Amino acid sequence: MTRRGASGGEPTGTALVVGATSDIGRAVARRFGLDGWALQLAGRNLEQLEVEARDLRLRGALVSTYECDILHDGGVSLVEALAVTPDVAVCVVGLLGDQAVAERDWSAAERIMRTNYVGPAVLMGELANRFEDRGSGILVGVSSIAGERGRRANYLYGSAKSGFSAFLSGLRNRLCRSGVHVVTVKPGFVRTRMTDHLDLPDLLTADPEHVANRIALAVRKSHDVVYIGRAWRVVALVLRAIPERVFKRLSLR
Amino acid sequence: MRSTELSGWGRYPRHECRLATLRREDQISRQFGAGSLIARGNGRSYGDAALNPELTLSMLAMDRLLSFDPESGLLDCEAGVLLADLLSTFAPRGWFPPVVPGTALVTVGGMIAADVHGKNHHRDGSFGNHVESFRLATGDGEVLNCSRDENADLFRATLGGMGLTGVLLSASFRMVRIESEFLRTETVATQSLDATMETLAASGDWRYSVAWIDGSARGGALGRGLVARGDFAVRDAIPARTLGRSRSAARRQLPVPVFPLSLMLNDLSVRSFNSFYNRVGARRTRGLGGTAESGSPLVHYRSFFFPLDRIQGWNRLYGRRGFVQYQCVFPTSQSSGGIRAVLEQVETSAHLAYLAVLKLLGPEGEGPLSFPMSGYTLALDFPMRPGTLDLLDALDEITAAHGGRVYLAKDAHCRPDRVREGYPNLGLFSNVRSARGDSTRRFSSLLSRRLEL
Repeated sequence: MTRRGASGGEPTGTALVVGATSDIGRAVARRFGLDGWALQLAGRNLEQLEVEARDLRLRGALVSTYECDILHDGGVSLVEALAVTPDVAVCVVGLLGDQAVAERDWSAAERIMRTNYVGPAVLMGELANRFEDRGSGILVGVSSIAGERGRRANYLYGSAKSGFSAFLSGLRNRLCRSGVHVVTVKPGFVRTRMTDHLDLPDLLTADPEHVANRIALAVRKSHDVVYIGRAWRVVALVLRAIPERVFKRLSLR
Repeated sequence: MRSTELSGWGRYPRHECRLATLRREDQISRQFGAGSLIARGNGRSYGDAALNPELTLSMLAMDRLLSFDPESGLLDCEAGVLLADLLSTFAPRGWFPPVVPGTALVTVGGMIAADVHGKNHHRDGSFGNHVESFRLATGDGEVLNCSRDENADLFRATLGGMGLTGVLLSASFRMVRIESEFLRTETVATQSLDATMETLAASGDWRYSVAWIDGSARGGALGRGLVARGDFAVRDAIPARTLGRSRSAARRQLPVPVFPLSLMLNDLSVRSFNSFYNRVGARRTRGLGGTAESGSPLVHYRSFFFPLDRIQGWNRLYGRRGFVQYQCVFPTSQSSGGIRAVLEQVETSAHLAYLAVLKLLGPEGEGPLSFPMSGYTLALDFPMRPGTLDLLDALDEITAAHGGRVYLAKDAHCRPDRVREGYPNLGLFSNVRSARGDSTRRFSSLLSRRLEL
């Protein structure tokens, strides 16, 4: 099922993007489409998926769409519905939520946890089994730098992302001898709908296109853990290194 | 929604603006709120046209293609689609936008709002002439289909209307067929302003023409330059080795002046570069892309139309204070006198135009605020320095005295009375805005406030 990309050279195949109407999802789909991959777009709103699909088809990509809500059954029905088992699957599902609200409202907290951990993890696990049976495939999970350390300002989101990162790490270790590769993407700030209301520092903030290009590179080169921008690798290192006794006093926001 | 310092391409003026992003058409009413706003594309208008401190609405995420008819060439796309994106998608398939400005880093919405013209204006008119219809979110939050048959007043007012009639959401326009991505070109060196203008006027058989003027020439040599003209090459005229050439090779050609990055941009370097280029250009008749059978050099469209796009962020070369572009147009009968007066005014001032471009334009656009008119247009880049604004005042006076007008998409300094004089249909424009539910002028920008539009 390996094809040659329109741009020549790199082998391509079919790429599944879950969360395809999000900003990063759209950018990833466009990047892979331009690189010559056949696309499977999955998301909750079929109407919006079709708009994105139409755009990608006009740009020359082969596209199919799948309506699914991975919070319902972790994407098990999605994986069953896929006409072709993809060669690459990228999960960009995520929800920042409102930390202050969620601290008092456990249904809001649960939504954050399910959207950032349970749903994506079950989906990746389900796909992993298919990929393992086949003996090939690349799974890309978009986690977050927020998962490096629980912080006061967003520990519900952060803890779920942390769980997802740990899940991906374990999955990678399980599958590394079966021909299946797992990429963990840990973006810092990205200019998306999720961060529209935040004042982000320009120098540390990436565009969705940048994230998409980095993911495409990670898929080509089989990278394990990917930060978007070198500065964030350093930030992650520092975040992890500060002793808790000091960290809690810094009360980083 | 966040607050950030924004500017136009000239980086003058700069202003703190609240910036929001529109991602889908159905979210427009949520973004509208109650206050004033202006839509912003890729920030390529030079001055303050896309700045509104209360709310500047970025359209860059509205970048989807909606439909394309390979029979008629009719393309429907969202307003935030970049021209560069259209080109890389459609040029390899043999389709080209009907009109392209001097940069591909503009959005479709921006091209309509400024009713941009290209090097083919004398033959094909401005971009607006090729727009069939668009969707516009108006003052009362309603989304209207506009065309020459439906909401025609709003349709015309929006062509060149600088975003003041509403937020453009998507547009349909006709692409044109090309046989290759290369143009056969010809460059003619001219020794005086009259010769430059005559050469442009005699280039009517060429689809595209433009003149680069040596900003440092004085006296009898004033207005000397290089007239570049071109036409898309038919496939048979292109040697196989040129067609097979990679894009990077096509990009290596330099048919128009590009400042070497290594040189600091200062008066001396620009002066010597301009005159050097002029002398070299006079001898340079052979292109690097191979030669067509007719003997004209072949040039890739990127090099021909968008030479400066290869230098990312070249506007920053002008430093922190930024620069202004002065672009005006004169009616044909007044063109020679007006352009000479402008160039002489610049020559006697302490300022130097870092870039000077002359074009022949065809008949007026359809929009009441469309810039083009039959005659010659001159564009000059000046770094912002003490005294630059005084020079612009003097140039405005010359433009007005010769029946000309300035291009709003470039403007950062003009006065309201001068714009009223230059745009006699401004009253019509205001009437359409009032009649169409925007009597409160909620669509406004620093430009529209400065010029009391």
